[in-house]
Amino acid sequence: MTSPLLHVTGLGIGFQARGALTPVVQDVGFTLEKGRTLALVGESGSGKSITALSLARLLPPAARVTGHINFAGDDVLAMSERQLRALRGRKITMVFQEPMSSLNPLHSIERQIGEILELHGTRKRDIRDRVVAALAEVGIPDPAGRLGAYPHQLSGGQRQRVMIAMALVNRPDLFIADEPTTALDVTVQAQILALLKDLQTRLGMAMLFITHDLGIVRKIADDVAVMQKGRIVEAGPAASLFAGPQHPYTKMLLAAEPKGAAPAVDTTRPLLLQTGDLKVWFPVRRGLMRRVVSHIKAVDGISLQVRAGHTLGIVGESGSGKTTLGLAILRLIRSQGPIIWLGKDISSLNSTAMRPLRRDLQVVFQDPFGSLSPRMSVAQIVEEGLRIQNSSLTATERRSRVTAALAATDLDPATMDRFPHEFSGGQRQRIAIARALVLEPKFIVLDEPTSALDMSVQAQIVTLLRDLQARHGIAYMFISHDLKVVKALASDLIIMKGGKVMESGPAAPIFAAPQHPYTRALFAAAFNIEAVSAAEVAG
Amino acid sequence: MRRRASRLHRGAAPGLVLGAGLVAFLLAMALLALVWTPWPPAAIDVPHRLLHPSLAHWLGTDELGRDILSRLMAGAGVSLKVGMIAVGLGAVPGVALGLIASAVKGRSEDVIMQLCDFAFAFPALLSAIMLTATYGAGIDNAILAIAIYNVPVFAKLTRAMANSVMAREFVQAARAAGRSPAGIAVHHVVPNILAALLVQATIQFSIAILAEAALSYLGFGTQPPEASWGLMLSEAQNFLFVAPRLAVYPGLAIALSVLGLSLLGDGLRDALDPRLQKIAWQRA
Repeated sequence: MTSPLLHVTGLGIGFQARGALTPVVQDVGFTLEKGRTLALVGESGSGKSITALSLARLLPPAARVTGHINFAGDDVLAMSERQLRALRGRKITMVFQEPMSSLNPLHSIERQIGEILELHGTRKRDIRDRVVAALAEVGIPDPAGRLGAYPHQLSGGQRQRVMIAMALVNRPDLFIADEPTTALDVTVQAQILALLKDLQTRLGMAMLFITHDLGIVRKIADDVAVMQKGRIVEAGPAASLFAGPQHPYTKMLLAAEPKGAAPAVDTTRPLLLQTGDLKVWFPVRRGLMRRVVSHIKAVDGISLQVRAGHTLGIVGESGSGKTTLGLAILRLIRSQGPIIWLGKDISSLNSTAMRPLRRDLQVVFQDPFGSLSPRMSVAQIVEEGLRIQNSSLTATERRSRVTAALAATDLDPATMDRFPHEFSGGQRQRIAIARALVLEPKFIVLDEPTSALDMSVQAQIVTLLRDLQARHGIAYMFISHDLKVVKALASDLIIMKGGKVMESGPAAPIFAAPQHPYTRALFAAAFNIEAVSAAEVAG
Repeated sequence: MRRRASRLHRGAAPGLVLGAGLVAFLLAMALLALVWTPWPPAAIDVPHRLLHPSLAHWLGTDELGRDILSRLMAGAGVSLKVGMIAVGLGAVPGVALGLIASAVKGRSEDVIMQLCDFAFAFPALLSAIMLTATYGAGIDNAILAIAIYNVPVFAKLTRAMANSVMAREFVQAARAAGRSPAGIAVHHVVPNILAALLVQATIQFSIAILAEAALSYLGFGTQPPEASWGLMLSEAQNFLFVAPRLAVYPGLAIALSVLGLSLLGDGLRDALDPRLQKIAWQRA
């Protein structure tokens, strides 16, 4: 029996700062054979990306690495810089999460891929042919015609395909994919995963797949190693790990996948909100006189209804106009078409007339880092709405309401004088929810409130939202690309694409039997990846 | 992570202390000069011209026998006045215009920014000549000219940074809570761009001191026999090879005050940032 391709034992990584060593990875060991896929699973900060970077010695100089990394019989930690350069991009290659920032915006596709070939000794006149072949391999249509294209001219999925082409053009032995599909839409995600699986089988390389998404692991990995706080807490073949998780953390991760379904629609509840043929068109201006030459139709004729205490799910991929729709309903951007709130059209109210209504219509955004002002304390952030809406409250009264709102979102009210940067992503999202809650609104627009969070935190936030709805009877408009979360929360559903409704109605029947082809493609991508790859192979 | 570590090594707090110390010293000199200087700053004493430093004249005398230390002290007041008023008069309308441009968007934003470009086309010197031609030469007109030059500097910086803050979600959240555009500008935008404005203000302060020197040299600023650092510097030019110290002292005074102000600006920026407060506290 030959030795395995990659054998890591006792790997420890620490960062040296001011004489102190902060350990981030401890006693990590795993083995990866040619032709197999190992998934490294963990939440943000678990040390999975750092571990991957250490395999090609790509860590910053402050990192101290101990242990053994044996790659194809060589000790990686003992290699010289020269030997490492021969290893990187040739034997070990990587693809990262964000395809836009991984590509140089000023280089054409040909130059990006050609550079890798040139560095590793391909003759100049062969480069173009090999680049075309590499692009064809990753499924870029008309590869010869795309050679001169720049990254901004490609879609997110195409950019990630180019990254994969760059990684695979030198036929590596080990391919490391660090969250390669996290930044992509679900249908594109499914295509990229299918492509990776297919290329791996054909080229027979080993793949180290880093992800936080257990749904992906289930589909792509042969073996799984679960990391928590810098250690591997459980490892083994994927099938047995999913069937019978041993470690409590693995069990928690598996349990954290959002489950359950929302209650059916209760038509006796009053209608809170209605829109009729709502449109948000952004004018495109050209020329000296800035004449309007056309419109970008971000939201193009959406009619919807929200009942008190219910959740309307808005599902769509990036660019479908779902966020714009949410902002338009809150009258934060200009729109055409009636917006009926409690029987009254609010679409033409000016900002002064809107102000008293704002206490009933609140919003929670996706990015818990961007949605809290770094210069304000938690108490100041949460009480801002009270200062505007209930200016008669005394400081003590405001403070007690802030305390109540923070307690309702399971935050310790004693921390209210701290600043946002002292909190984790999940805690920040709770602060954002508390800010919406403090005004006791009837309706909250939730714009991807769980997308930036770790899986287990996601589940906690979903539970919290469900809980708050049951207790206070708040109606939600839940905007998301994540169908699993939407399924757990929404009783009504709208599927959007290109600013238009593809399918809409009560959630349960749509999940059971989607009618529109686009809905079906979306559901297949989210719930069953094989279905898509099979369909793709057939097509 | 690494940035924080290096910041700890360098130490933000000592800079703040040193900067505040230098600025306080400068202010003390300027205030003292109002009531007392070793010699009358404008007293001409030709027999004792170009003296080397001595017990009687600590820093020596200039080409007309005036005491250099006394003139430096008297000049500190003028330079501080020029710097502070010119930056203040430039920054307040500049920041306001930038905030308005960023809040209103569209056609009005274009108009404001084009006015700023137009104002940029007039260097401080040109405005000073125009003001002098209309209202006569003098330090006040020089200050006004420098202030006018500062307006578009602050307006452009403010608009660019306010635009990036306005695009952030906490501003949307404030709008959803019912905040007015003015409230958003004051409560959300200004605190988040204050750091860069402070740094820009220290830069403009040193530019203002140097601009006053240039204007005085051309006869548009401080009028002899009054003293200002800029005027002293330009008067020293004719004696650069005979008595270089005449230029060194006011030059050093300008350099030290600019250093003091930028250290103070940097220190204030860090002290005002809640993200860095914990580190400062841990140092203590």
